[in-house]
Amino acid sequence: MPTEFKLPELGENIAAGDVVRVLVSAGDTVTRDQPVLELETDKATIEVPSTVAGTVKDVRVKQGERVKVGQVVLTVDDGGAAQPAAAAPAPVEKQTDAQPTDKPKSQPAGAPEEGGLSQAEPGQAAKSAEPDSREAADARQQKPRGEVVDISRGARSAPALAPPQPAPEPEAEGPAAAAAPSVRRLARELGVDIRRVTGSGPDGRISPEDVQAYVKGVMTGGGLPGTAAPSQPLPDFAKWGEVERKPMSNIRRKTAEHLSNAWNTIPHVTQHDKADITALEALRKQYGPQAEKAGGKLTITAIALKVTERAIRRFPQFNSSVDTARNEIVFKKSIHIGIAVDTERGLLVPVIRDVDRKGIIDLSVEVTKASDKARAGKLSLEDMQGGGFTITNLGGIGGTAFTPIVNWPEVAILGISRGAQEPVWRASESEAGGGRFEPRLMLPLSLSYDHRVIDGADAARFLRWVAEAFEQPFVLNL
Amino acid sequence: MPESSTQLIVIGAGPGGYAAAFYAADRGMQVSLVDPEPNPGGVCLYRGCIPSKALLHIAKVLEEAHHAEAWGISFGAPAIDVDKVRAFKNKVVTQLTGGVGQVGRMRKINYIQGRAAFRDARTLDITRTDRDALDTLFFEHAIIATGSRPSTIPGLTIDSPRVMDSTGALDLPDVPKSLLVVGGGYIGLELGTVYAALGSKVTVVEMTNGLLPGADRDLVNVLAKRVNAICEAVLLETKVIGLKDVKNGVSVKFEGKLPEGMPAEKTFDRVLVSIGRRPNSAIPGLERTQVKVNQRGFIEVDPRRGTAEPTIFAIGDVVGEPMLAHKASHEARVAVDAILGERVAFEPQAIPAVVFTDPEIAWCGLTESEAATQKKEVTVTRFPWGASGRAITLDRTDGMTKLVLDPKTSRILGVGIVGPGAGELISEGVLAIEMGANATDLKMTIHPHPTLSETLMESAEMFFGEATHVYKPRRKQG
Repeated sequence: MPTEFKLPELGENIAAGDVVRVLVSAGDTVTRDQPVLELETDKATIEVPSTVAGTVKDVRVKQGERVKVGQVVLTVDDGGAAQPAAAAPAPVEKQTDAQPTDKPKSQPAGAPEEGGLSQAEPGQAAKSAEPDSREAADARQQKPRGEVVDISRGARSAPALAPPQPAPEPEAEGPAAAAAPSVRRLARELGVDIRRVTGSGPDGRISPEDVQAYVKGVMTGGGLPGTAAPSQPLPDFAKWGEVERKPMSNIRRKTAEHLSNAWNTIPHVTQHDKADITALEALRKQYGPQAEKAGGKLTITAIALKVTERAIRRFPQFNSSVDTARNEIVFKKSIHIGIAVDTERGLLVPVIRDVDRKGIIDLSVEVTKASDKARAGKLSLEDMQGGGFTITNLGGIGGTAFTPIVNWPEVAILGISRGAQEPVWRASESEAGGGRFEPRLMLPLSLSYDHRVIDGADAARFLRWVAEAFEQPFVLNL
Repeated sequence: MPESSTQLIVIGAGPGGYAAAFYAADRGMQVSLVDPEPNPGGVCLYRGCIPSKALLHIAKVLEEAHHAEAWGISFGAPAIDVDKVRAFKNKVVTQLTGGVGQVGRMRKINYIQGRAAFRDARTLDITRTDRDALDTLFFEHAIIATGSRPSTIPGLTIDSPRVMDSTGALDLPDVPKSLLVVGGGYIGLELGTVYAALGSKVTVVEMTNGLLPGADRDLVNVLAKRVNAICEAVLLETKVIGLKDVKNGVSVKFEGKLPEGMPAEKTFDRVLVSIGRRPNSAIPGLERTQVKVNQRGFIEVDPRRGTAEPTIFAIGDVVGEPMLAHKASHEARVAVDAILGERVAFEPQAIPAVVFTDPEIAWCGLTESEAATQKKEVTVTRFPWGASGRAITLDRTDGMTKLVLDPKTSRILGVGIVGPGAGELISEGVLAIEMGANATDLKMTIHPHPTLSETLMESAEMFFGEATHVYKPRRKQG
């Protein structure tokens, strides 16, 4: 029975694309994940991988045609010979690379000796004919595949035991994985289909490290095992002078892990802007004592919290998260904002809750308390969870701009550098051509964002709005 | 009616059940174990593997003593005291079951001698046999490990003490002059061997065209020679169509390929019916749970050994083939791990099967005939024991060691051994398969000399056409 391959969901807001090139034609054999179409969308030109395997019966699209998501691209015949995909020569070069297990390896052993033995033992299986070996490959693939499907269903049907597995249906091909029972158990515990793991050992034998590398590859969003660069061995620094080694603290390790993950997952862009806070500074000084009375400190961070909260109300995508597994964006209705605090033990980010329901004075008190708690090492895990946006203020130290890393799973972070007096050109309204430089207190702002959910223009608008709100706190209430 | 509760109840204390109970206790669970026998052990220890091996050991000594005449040592005709033989066998059973009971008590397992019936998916009614009482037991989880019992010939069951099943034959009521073994499977051949060694004239009748259906013919042929030599007759492709209790024996009617001169009706002193085993799934009250039993009487389980009822698991003979003790005890650990919330599955790459005849036959993983049925391309190497120094010293050169390998990767997919000690040798093959070892691994592992285990190493060398003790020239390249 022919199976239809329809144009799958390609990404957020992509409903259709123009066919640049068709990469297969009728009669070709396609395998899963083999690119079959080059498609130009509003965003980029992408290769569309097949989700079906078999022999192409007919191709229903042609070059230059516009194809919509869900439209039938081609049909394949997968009946009878099931899926000769892996054993058949793949028409696209990339494909052969992707299927190393089924490629005849130049093993020193192999066919010649086998023939010899078969000769010596007439009546025993001697199979070198091509169709036979193909069928053999099919049988080899099919049986294990069936087993795997069963197993994962079993695991999933047990609500009390296993959380829903994020992994898609197992579909790896080839013979049962060459992995020791302990390695298979490890893979199962980590929710990995062992058949998807590429083994680094002889003839693809899978080690525990291979399973871990696979998981790391998936977690860092690459989705491709083996793409995570293995850490290179360090040179012997002692050759050039005395060194001292210290273990990484727990916070340091977590920070390293978390930030690497964020950096690897999120396509970062940083937008810079400046806010004129000359007027705000006067107000800050004016209301400072009031905040102090309440037990807080009216800092730029406290004010930034309020400004950001108002900006998020206008630009809700800045308080969202990306669910790649389900191709959804999660918009949070509550506004909780984290503030980065520099402590002796390392960087900590306590979260200020429900910023939208609190006034600036209240916020200044909370920021002061949270910072004190962080520095005293008294933050609980809960104090640091649930943020939707982060503010990091290095202004107390200095600097003119920086590129903060988004605090995943958030999608944006606002960096604040040191405010400084700068000459700002003021055009005169009365005298044509006239004007002058005025000293203004300018606050540098750096907004890093996740380009997957936030477009550059929106980021510029967001940051401009923030800058204007600093300049004219009046707009906060508009 | 006394009521109590337990975290885990295991129903049936065979090698599956007691392994589950002990392991669960080792993992910190509160465990009860219910079985009609005074001690754990089940069919395996009381009426199966263990007593039969005690008797087979005696048969082996008798056979070797006889064989020794060829080496210049004569013991004369053996004098057999059947009562003492039986007493030795019973002592073995008592010692082992008592020992297992002891380690169970040390683990603080609540052993209940009795029979269980399900009231619902969380409650059992237990009829105690050690004291006349009906207990109610509430449980969080249950593992059903009720095992199997001998099948009977449909429509031919007669109530005669001369017609025995394996249980009756192991009781060793006497050494009959003539014994008919119905069924040429491993149980029939093992017990037939015992009775033949003790002096009975044994006839084996098998419905199919060969002994040990399922095992590779080249292995079985070696055993068949021996069986033919020690038996009065081996009737293949023959059925028993009538059994009648007559004076001094059982009259048996045959149908099929009888040898010339053999009458279609013959009288035997005793008849052993060993045509297979049936699962014990008719547990009272099981219908009050969601547990499903399939058409063949096996309880349906998922890869974790969970049944359709979330609180109930099942292992061993009652869930399916192969009905082997070591499969059950492995499943026991899977089920307990699953109950403890771990992500596990029963996914062995190889389950060894051993027939403790003389010579022994053992195999694991893919058999050559399975490969042929699946049209899977394999390379088979066979190392004849005539080339093994150790086999020659034993004057047993009739054995053979074979490997079933992937022709491309030389990965070991199956191992088969026939010869004395095959049951002990097969474990190396199981480990090789589970570890995903290839022929190079096996040949590069140093094996002690002179032992029969070297035959495994040399059969791996044969894959490359370079076994030390077998000359088989490499086929010319190209």
